[in-house]
Amino acid sequence: MENTELMELITKVIPYGTVSQGSQYPEIVVPADKLHEAAEQLRNMEGHPFDYLINMTAADFSEKFTVYYHMESTKTHNLIVLKADISDREKPEVDTVSDIWVTAEFFEREVFDLFGIRFKNHPDLRRLFLEDDYGFPLRKDFKDEVNIIELPN
Amino acid sequence: MSTDVIKNIIVKDDEDYIINMGPQHPSTHGVLRLEVCLNGEIVKYVIPHIGYIHRGIEKMCEADTYKQIIHLTDRMDYLSAHMNNEAVCLAVENALEVEVPERVQYIRAILDELNRLASHQLWWSAFGMDLGALTTFFYGLRDRERILQIFEESFGSRLLHSFNTPGGLMHDVHPNFQKHVIEFVKYFRKKLPDYKNLLTDNVIFHNRTKGIGNMTREQAVAFGVTGPSGRGSGFACDVRKVAPYGIYDKLDFEQVLYKEGDSFARYQVRMDEMEVSLNLLEQLVEKMPSEGDFTAKMKAIVKLPEGEYYQRVETARGELGVFVISDGAKFPYRMKFRTPNFSNLFVLNALSKGLKIADLVAISGSLDLVLPDIDR
Repeated sequence: MENTELMELITKVIPYGTVSQGSQYPEIVVPADKLHEAAEQLRNMEGHPFDYLINMTAADFSEKFTVYYHMESTKTHNLIVLKADISDREKPEVDTVSDIWVTAEFFEREVFDLFGIRFKNHPDLRRLFLEDDYGFPLRKDFKDEVNIIELPN
Repeated sequence: MSTDVIKNIIVKDDEDYIINMGPQHPSTHGVLRLEVCLNGEIVKYVIPHIGYIHRGIEKMCEADTYKQIIHLTDRMDYLSAHMNNEAVCLAVENALEVEVPERVQYIRAILDELNRLASHQLWWSAFGMDLGALTTFFYGLRDRERILQIFEESFGSRLLHSFNTPGGLMHDVHPNFQKHVIEFVKYFRKKLPDYKNLLTDNVIFHNRTKGIGNMTREQAVAFGVTGPSGRGSGFACDVRKVAPYGIYDKLDFEQVLYKEGDSFARYQVRMDEMEVSLNLLEQLVEKMPSEGDFTAKMKAIVKLPEGEYYQRVETARGELGVFVISDGAKFPYRMKFRTPNFSNLFVLNALSKGLKIADLVAISGSLDLVLPDIDR
C-alpha cells in the first residue's frame, strides 16, 4: 500500500495526531496522554492492523524525552513510526502499551532501566540490566565518575 | 506473562520450589540466569534475568564515529558478525544516499549467507549436544571450519570480521574467494545428508522436540519472535523478502515457513535455510562481477545529515534493527539496536509453562539464543 494512502487512513483514525512523511516511513506524533489510545487504534485498524511492534525506544533531547514505536502490519508490510514527547524531566511518565503488544513489556523495562521513564500500569516494571542504585545512563546529563572515563577533547 | 507470575511469587504453593538455572549453566550458551519455579519436575514459570554482560554498547556509540561503531556491533551477536556490520553500513549509506558498487553488494550477500551457514552449523552442533547427542558437535564444527577458513583467507579474522565499512569493504577479497566458496558449496551439499541421518531422522530426537514448546503465530507476532524461530510458527518475517536490502531483491529464493510451531519445526526451518543459503551462494557466485571497486568514495569522517534513520537486516537469528538519531555531528546522537534475541528470549516463559525441566533446555536450544546480543 502506498504511504500517502496509508497516511490519509491514519489521519482519519487518529485526528488528534500529526501525520507526516518522515525520511523513510510515515510518522505520527501524538500527545503523551493519548499514546495508549492511539496505539490501540493502530493495533486494531481495519484492514491494516499494526500487530507487530518491531522496536520501541526513547531518546533524551535535554528539554524533553521522546518515545518511539516502530510497528509493522504483517498483512501489508507497511512500517510506521509512532512518537510521543514527554516534557516532564523530573517525573517522566507515559502509559504502557504492554497490554496491546506483549513484547512492549520488555522494551519498556529496558527504557525504564536506561532512561528512568516510568510506564503507568506496567505489570512488572523492574530494572532489566543494571543494579537498582545505578543512575539512568542514556540520559544526556548522566555522570558516572567511577566507570566512565572522559577523554580529553 | 508478568501479572500472573507476580501473583505466583507472592502466593506460593507449599510444593513449589525455585531453582536458578545459570548464570553458569552449560545449556544457556552464555551468562543467562533463568529463575525456574518447579513443582516436582513440572515448570510453573520461568523468569529470565539478564544484564550479566551488559557493556553499554548504545552509550559507547554516542562517543564513537560511524566507522568505529562497526567494531562494536560485532560484539553483539558474534555469530552473525557480518550481518550486524552490514546493518550499520546500510543505515549510513542510505542516510547519505551513497551508491554502493554492485560487486560490493554481491560480496556482502555471499558473506551474509556464509555467516548464516556458519551460525546455523554451530547452532546445530550445540543443539544436538544440549539434548545429549555428542557427535553433532564434531560434525558441525568440522564443516564450520571450512567457512572460517574462507573468512580467514580474505580478511584475517574468523569470528569478528569488521570487514564492512560505510561505503563498501575494508579491502578486496582474496583472488581465490569465488573458487573456494564454490568448493565449499559442493563439499557441504555432500555433508548435509549426514546431518539428516544423524539428528533429523533420529527417533530419540523426535521425542525430545516434537510437540514441545508450541508457539502459535499470534504468539510469535505478539512477542516479536522473528528469524527461524518465528518462521517455525508460520510468521513470514524474513526481512530479505519483506523489506529487501542489498542485492536480495534480484535473487531467486523463498522464505522457509513451517506451521507447526514446536521445537522440531524451528529445527526444520534452520535445516531448510541451510539449503536455501547454499542455493543463494551458487546464484551469487555465478552472477558476481569479477572486476570492480571494493568501496564507494566516502569522506574520511562520515557525518550523517540531521534526522532519524532505521535500517532492518535479517541476521541468522531474526530481525536486527539499527535506529540512528543524528544531529549532524560525526557521532550519532542516539543509537539503538533492536536485537532479535532480546525479543526471542522473553517468549521462553510462555513456551515452557507446564512442561518438564528437561524440555526447557530443548526449547531454549531451539530458540538459538546468543546472550551478548540480548545484553548489548
